[in-house]
Amino acid sequence: MTQGDAGGTKLAVKAATKRYGDFHALKDCSLDIGANSVVSIVGPSGCGKTTLLWAMSGLNPLTSGEVLLDGTPIDRPRPEVGLVFQEANLLPWRNLMDNILFPFEIKRQQPDRAWIDHLLDRVSLKGFEKSFPNELSGGMQQRGSIVRALSLQPSVLLMDEPFGALDAFTREEMNQLVEEIWLETKTTIVFITHSIEEALFLSDQVVVLTPRPGRVLNVYDVPFERPRTMEIMASKEVFDLTNQIKADIYGQQIAGRAAAE
Amino acid sequence: MSEDVVGGKVGKGLQSLSTFGAGTSRLEVLAIIATAVIVIGGLELVLRWFEVPHYILPPPSAIVAALWTDFPLILPHLGYTLVVLLSGFAIGAGIGLILAAVITQFPFAEKIIAPYILILVTTPMLALVPLLILWFGFGYEPRIIAVALATGPMVMINSATGFRRVDANKIALARSYGASTLQIFWKVRAPMALPMILVGLMIGAIFGLLTAVGAEMVGGGFGLGNRLTTYSSMIRMPQFFGVVLILSLLGILIYVIFFLIGKKWTSWET
Ligand SMILES: Nc1ncnc2c1ncn2[C@@H]1O[C@H](COP(=O)(O)OP(=O)(O)O)[C@@H](O)[C@H]1O
Ligand SMILES: [Mg+2]
Repeated sequence: MTQGDAGGTKLAVKAATKRYGDFHALKDCSLDIGANSVVSIVGPSGCGKTTLLWAMSGLNPLTSGEVLLDGTPIDRPRPEVGLVFQEANLLPWRNLMDNILFPFEIKRQQPDRAWIDHLLDRVSLKGFEKSFPNELSGGMQQRGSIVRALSLQPSVLLMDEPFGALDAFTREEMNQLVEEIWLETKTTIVFITHSIEEALFLSDQVVVLTPRPGRVLNVYDVPFERPRTMEIMASKEVFDLTNQIKADIYGQQIAGRAAAE
Repeated sequence: MSEDVVGGKVGKGLQSLSTFGAGTSRLEVLAIIATAVIVIGGLELVLRWFEVPHYILPPPSAIVAALWTDFPLILPHLGYTLVVLLSGFAIGAGIGLILAAVITQFPFAEKIIAPYILILVTTPMLALVPLLILWFGFGYEPRIIAVALATGPMVMINSATGFRRVDANKIALARSYGASTLQIFWKVRAPMALPMILVGLMIGAIFGLLTAVGAEMVGGGFGLGNRLTTYSSMIRMPQFFGVVLILSLLGILIYVIFFLIGKKWTSWET
């Protein structure tokens, strides 16, 4: 019941192909992402995860194929889609509040102060509005960037290895925060990560991508209730899923190495 | 996506230039003052002890005395030099900045123009002053043009480095909110370039000062540069060194101004 409810498809990736010169970063990659669900994408470095996410965000058009948001093709950035980058990507010359107001400045739109205040409170950044990024820890910066992405109340949140640069403890805190945010907003989340543990903690589905060319290898359902406790995360089911996904990823790497020899 | 390899490194140029003024403790201040007293006082004593003639090297006290009595005579020349410097700097820096901003948007055009900018940067503009005087007469114009020619390329080359500091993720961020090219320029590229622009402006201003004084030494009857040639030909060394002192102070003032601006506007760099 705390599962992402199947409110239809939010994002549909249809035969997405992206070439850089002769190199296929993505080839015939298809994927449906259900409304209000959390979907993680894992796969070895360079397998096209970022390329896929940027296609979903409308930042980087595909060579062929398309991404549909609520049935309409995404051909440029949309206000309903929020993006969180690998590094917090705050603008270092702006204080936290001015960073959060940046989207509104670009769009020449009145910010919803109450909502922003609520978000800041949610991520424990109240009182740091005037701080500059270089005065904040990595985790605080990333929390700030999540507030910025949520400030426009997007219906889809795309996150590209958002916690890859953080230490393990901060990372777990951040995972809980994302879970809480999802429980509150039920925003559809597409989450790229290197950490299978993180993927299984957060997602309704884990998508494994294969490299060269990037395409979907397997999609795993993660049918555990939320919030996901330590007991659930330590269960046999999670353990088995972890091993299956690992086998997928390392199997490819071994196969790839064999093919290269 | 691609990391910003340049960000956070280049802009430290200004900071590293300014380690001199940063974080000095009380003890260090004392040491600095003591050293200055010893050097200046020692110079005074040595010059007096050996009775070095003033026309060879006047003692510091004579320089200060000469400045004190002759300052009203020097002041108009200081004004003249400042007018030359400030107008030349404004013109040169303005053109340099605009060129840098435009050129960096077109990498192909940049490649074509680069050699000429390099020539402008490396050629001492003083060499052109006799020609400029031939063209524009003995007034302000040739000197202002020389200062602009010295300042502009310095500002341009450094600002261009700043504008080239493209952090793909920051631009993608702006684009993800539908920013226009102009918005990206003013809200991302320009602030990111600011530390290097300030470095360029400071170097440009210092080069401008050198060129202004040099240009005044070539013909014409005005400016601090002209005072240097005049006083040395009249063998009035205390006045001569008084003018040199004013010029050093001007240089330091330029440095301090940009140091303070940098501290206020680019402290986010560190
Ligand atoms: N702008 C680009 N030009 C050329 N190749 C690129 C570009 N962007 C990404 N690639 C290549 O496409 C592949 C997929 O990249 P990316 O989507 O960033 O992978 P991931 O995020 O999974 O690590 C990589 O091999 C990368 O080198
Ligand atoms: Mg990536």
